[in-house]
Amino acid sequence: MIELLQSLLQWLPESLQVLAIILIKIVVILAPLLVAVAYLTYAERKIIGYMQIRIGPNRVGFFGHSLWGLGQPIADAVKLMFKEIVIPSGADKFLFIVAPMLSMGPALAAWAVIPFGDELILADVNASLLYVLALTSLGVYGVIIAGWASNSKYAFLGAMRSAAQIVSYEIAMGFALVGVLMAAGSINLGEIVQAQSGGFWTWFMVPLAPLFVIYFISGVAETNRAPFDVAEGESEIVAGFHVEYSGITFAVFFLAEYANMILVAMLTALMFMGGWLSPFQGLPVVGDTFLAAPSLIWLLAKASIFLFLFLWFRATFPRYRYDQIMRLGWKVFIPLTIVWLMVVGAVIMAGGIGPWLH
Amino acid sequence: MSFEQILFYVFSSFLVLSAGAVVTLRNPVHSALALVLAFFNSAALWMMLEAEFLAITLVLVYVGAVMVLFLFVVMMLDINIARMREGFAQLLPIGIVVAVLMFGVMYQVYNGDRFAPGDMPVPTPHAADYENTRELGLQLYTTYVFPFELAAVVLLLAIVAAIALTLRRREGTKYQAPEKQVVTRREDRVRLVKVPSEARK
Amino acid sequence: MDLTLTSFAPAMPEMFLLGMLSLVLVVDLFLTERTRHITYILSLLSLAGTFWLVLDGYPRLPELAFHGSYINDPMAALLKLFMLLAVMVVLVYSKEYIKQRDMYKGEFYLLVLFATLGMLVLASAHTLLTVYMGLELLSLSMYAMVALRRDNVDASEAAMKYFVLGAMASAMLLYGMSLVYGATGTLDFALMGEAAAKLPTNDVTMLFGIIFMLVGVAFKLGAVPFHMWVPDVYHGAPTAVTLFISSAPKLAAFAMLMRIFVDGLGELHQQWQGILIVMALLSFGLGNLVAIAQTNLKRMLAYSGISHIGFLLLGVLSGTSEGYAASLYYAITYVVMSLGGFGMILLLSRAGFEADKLDDLKGLNDRSPWFALMMMMLMFSMAGVPPFLGFWAKLAVIQAAVGVGLVWLAIAAVVFSVVGAFYYLRIIKLMYFDKPESDAPIESSADLRILLSANSLAVVGLGLFPSSLLAICSASIG
Repeated sequence: MIELLQSLLQWLPESLQVLAIILIKIVVILAPLLVAVAYLTYAERKIIGYMQIRIGPNRVGFFGHSLWGLGQPIADAVKLMFKEIVIPSGADKFLFIVAPMLSMGPALAAWAVIPFGDELILADVNASLLYVLALTSLGVYGVIIAGWASNSKYAFLGAMRSAAQIVSYEIAMGFALVGVLMAAGSINLGEIVQAQSGGFWTWFMVPLAPLFVIYFISGVAETNRAPFDVAEGESEIVAGFHVEYSGITFAVFFLAEYANMILVAMLTALMFMGGWLSPFQGLPVVGDTFLAAPSLIWLLAKASIFLFLFLWFRATFPRYRYDQIMRLGWKVFIPLTIVWLMVVGAVIMAGGIGPWLH
Repeated sequence: MSFEQILFYVFSSFLVLSAGAVVTLRNPVHSALALVLAFFNSAALWMMLEAEFLAITLVLVYVGAVMVLFLFVVMMLDINIARMREGFAQLLPIGIVVAVLMFGVMYQVYNGDRFAPGDMPVPTPHAADYENTRELGLQLYTTYVFPFELAAVVLLLAIVAAIALTLRRREGTKYQAPEKQVVTRREDRVRLVKVPSEARK
Repeated sequence: MDLTLTSFAPAMPEMFLLGMLSLVLVVDLFLTERTRHITYILSLLSLAGTFWLVLDGYPRLPELAFHGSYINDPMAALLKLFMLLAVMVVLVYSKEYIKQRDMYKGEFYLLVLFATLGMLVLASAHTLLTVYMGLELLSLSMYAMVALRRDNVDASEAAMKYFVLGAMASAMLLYGMSLVYGATGTLDFALMGEAAAKLPTNDVTMLFGIIFMLVGVAFKLGAVPFHMWVPDVYHGAPTAVTLFISSAPKLAAFAMLMRIFVDGLGELHQQWQGILIVMALLSFGLGNLVAIAQTNLKRMLAYSGISHIGFLLLGVLSGTSEGYAASLYYAITYVVMSLGGFGMILLLSRAGFEADKLDDLKGLNDRSPWFALMMMMLMFSMAGVPPFLGFWAKLAVIQAAVGVGLVWLAIAAVVFSVVGAFYYLRIIKLMYFDKPESDAPIESSADLRILLSANSLAVVGLGLFPSSLLAICSASIG
C-alpha cells in the first residue's frame, strides 16, 4: 500500500514525498471520520426516535428516493453552510470565530496517534496515551472562549460550568488511565492493546472493571453529553456556550462534539476492550479461523457499542444538577479510582493482572 | 538550514512573540490566551529536544488545567485595566532600573565562557526505542525519590491550606438534601382536611 | 540502586510524622466541635512519637539516606529534638487561645504538623533540592496559618505581605540555587564543596548564586535588610501563630543556613562572610534601636527577634566550629526565650481581649506576682543579664567573633545589646512600678500555667548550668 503510494509519488522531490504520504494518511483517517460524524447525528436521531416510538428523519434521500432519510445529514450540512453567521454586538470578533476551530482542532488532532491495527497508525508515538490525554483536555478552550467571546450571560454561564466540569473529570479520567498503563506496563496505545491479547477475559475491562466504568462515564462528561450536558442545559441556560452561534460556526461545534464522542468510544475500546483483538481469540471452538484473527472490524464494532451507549444515555437519563456532577466527580470517582489503583498496584506486586491473579 | 532548524526558528519566534504579547496586550483574557500559545510553543521546543514527557505534561497540566482555571478567574473578575495602568508613569523609572540591573546580572553570569553555546556538548540523539518517560520515571523513583515524595506532600498541604482558607459554611444558607427528599412519603407532606360544606347565606 | 529498607531507616522520624499526619487528616473529618480534643491529643502524640524516634536513632556519625538527599547527623538530631519540643509547647500554649478565637479546627493542627515536617526535612537536608522542598513545606503552612483568621483585617494583611514577600524570597533562593548548580554541576552538598573549591576565586556565576541564596535565607531568618515582614506578620498574626513562627522555624532557618553555607559552600567562607557581617551588624543595630520605639509587645518582640538573629549570625560568620556551636546554642536559647515571651501574651489574653500592648503588662506584679517574676526572668535573659541563659548565649557568639579577630564587630554587638537592655528593663518597670489598668484576673488553664512556669524556670536553670547545653551543641557540630 505504502510502496504503491511511493511509486506513484516518484515525481516529487525526496523531502516532499514524506510530507505527501503523511498528508494522504491524514486524509485517509479524517475523511471517513467526518462521514462517521455526519452519520452519527443521523444515527442519534433515528435511535432516539425509535426509543421514543417515533420514526425520526425519513424524508430526505437521494435522487428522489427517500432511503430512510439517509440524505438528512448532508442536507443539514448544506443548510448550515449557507446560513448567515451572526456576530453579536460587543462580541470579541476574533475569538468568536476562532473558538469553534479551537474545539475542532484537538478533537481531530488526537486521531494522529490512534492505532487501527498492529501497523495501521499515523504516528506511532511512545507516549501516545499521554498525548491523547493532553489533547482531549484542550477541547475545553473552544467552549470557554466561545462563552466569553459571545458577550452573553447564558453563554458565559455555560462556559464556566463546562470549564469546571471538564477540569474535574479529567482527574478521574487521568487516574483511570494510570490504572491502564500500570496494567499494560506501557503508555503506547498499540502496546496496551497487545498487552490484552489472550481472549476476552484478559481484556482490561475485567481486571480494571471499576476504572473501565469510570473512564467511560468521565468520557461522557468530558464530551459534555447527556446526562452531563449542563454546559448546554436548554431548559436553564438556553443552549449554553453556543447560544449565539449560527451557520457554519455552530456546525463546527457540533462536529467537534461528535468527533470527540467517537474518539472516546474508540479509546475505551482500545484500552479496555482489547482494540482490534477478536473476542473469540483463544476459544477452543473457534480455533484458528478468521473469527479469532484480529481485525479493524472488531475495533469498529466495539467502538460502535460505546457510541450506542452514548445515545442510549441521552434517551434515558435526566440531566444531572451541577452540584451533583461535582459531587460525583470529586467524591465518588476520584476516591474510587485511587482505591482501585492501590488494588492494581498490589496485584501487580503479587505478579498478577495478565490472566488476573496468579 | 535543515528542516529541524526551520522548525526551531518557527517555534521559538512564535514563543518570543506570544510571550511578549502576554505582557503587552491590553485585554487580560487575550494575555492569558497568549500565554497558552507560549506554553504550546515551548512544549514543541521540548519535543524537539526529545523530552516528550515534559512537553506533553506541560500541555496537559499547564494548558489543560492551570490556564483553564486562570482564564476562569480572569473572565470572572472583569479587571479594570484603566485603573491598573494608573501608576505606570511613576513606577516606570523604578521598573527600568530593576530591569537594567537584572539584565546586567544575567549578562555578567551568562557571558562567561561557562554557558557559551560552543562549550555545551552537543547532545547525542537517542535510539528510536529510547523512552524519555521511562528514564524520567526511573530517576524520579530512585535517586530523587525523597524530594519527589516531598513535592507530593507539598501538594497535599496546598489542598489542606486552600480548603482551610476558603471553605466556610455561611449562616442562613439553605441546602437541599436530596437523600431526604427521595425518602419522603405521602404522609409527611399531604394532610387531608375535611372542610364541611356550608349553606349559602 | 539499592532500595532496601535500611537506606530509609534514618528518615524514620519524618516518615512516622507523615503517616501520623495523614491519620490526623482522616480522623479529624469525623470529629465534631466537641470531640476536637482528639485531634489535639493525636497531634501531641505524633510529635512525641517523632521525638522518641529521633532520640532512638540519635547518630554518632552522619548517616546518609535516599541517595544522599537526606543526612542524619548529630546537629540534625539535636535541632529536631528542640524543634519538636518547641512545637509541642506551642500546641499546649495555644489551645485555649485558638478555642476562644474560632480557630479550634483540625486545620490548625494539620498545618502545624505539616510545618513541623518541613522543619525536620530542612534540618536533615543534604541537597539543594531537599532544602527547597523542606522550605516550601514550612513556608506554605505558615502563610496559611497566618491567614487562618479570615475575618480579621490585620491577619489578612499580614498574610498577604508574608506570602508576597516570602514567595519572592523563595524565588531568589531558587534562582541562586540554579546558578550554583550551573557553576558546580551538582545539587549534593558533599560534592558541592569539592566542586566549588576547584572554581577560580570570585567566579561571577558562583558569586551571584551565593548572593541570591543569602538573600533568600536572610529573608527566612528575618535579618536586616530583609526583615520588613517580621514586625507586621508578628503583629498581625493571631498570637498563637506568632508564637509558632517565632520559635521552631528559627531553628529550621538556622539549619538551612548551616546546611547550605557550611555543609555545601563551607569552602567559600571568605566570599559569604562579608555579607553576613553587614547583615549581622544591621540586624542587631536596627532591631535594638527600633524596638525601643514600640508600644506593642508583639512588635517589640519582633524587633527584638531581629536583633537576636543578628547575634546568631555572629557565630556563623566566624566560620569556626566553635562559632557554629555558639550559634546553635544561641538559636536554641532564643527559641526557649521566645516561647516564654509570647506564651506570656497568651496567658494574659482572654476571649475578646488581646494582651499585646505594653500597657497591658502594667502592674502585673499586683495581679500575679508569680508570673511577673517569670516575665522578669525572661526579660533579663533576653537582655543578656548574667546569670540567665541569654547571657551565656551572647557570650558564646561574641567570643566566637573575637576568636577570628572581628573585635570591632564584637564591640558593636556589646554596645547594641546594652542599648537593647533598655526596652527589656522598661517592661520590668511597667510590671513592678506601675498601677494596673484592669483588675481582671488571669484566666488560663492549669497546663498553660505550669508549662509556662517550667519554660521560664528553664531559662534560669539552663543559665545556672550553662556548660551542659553548650557542650552538647559543641559535640553535635563536631
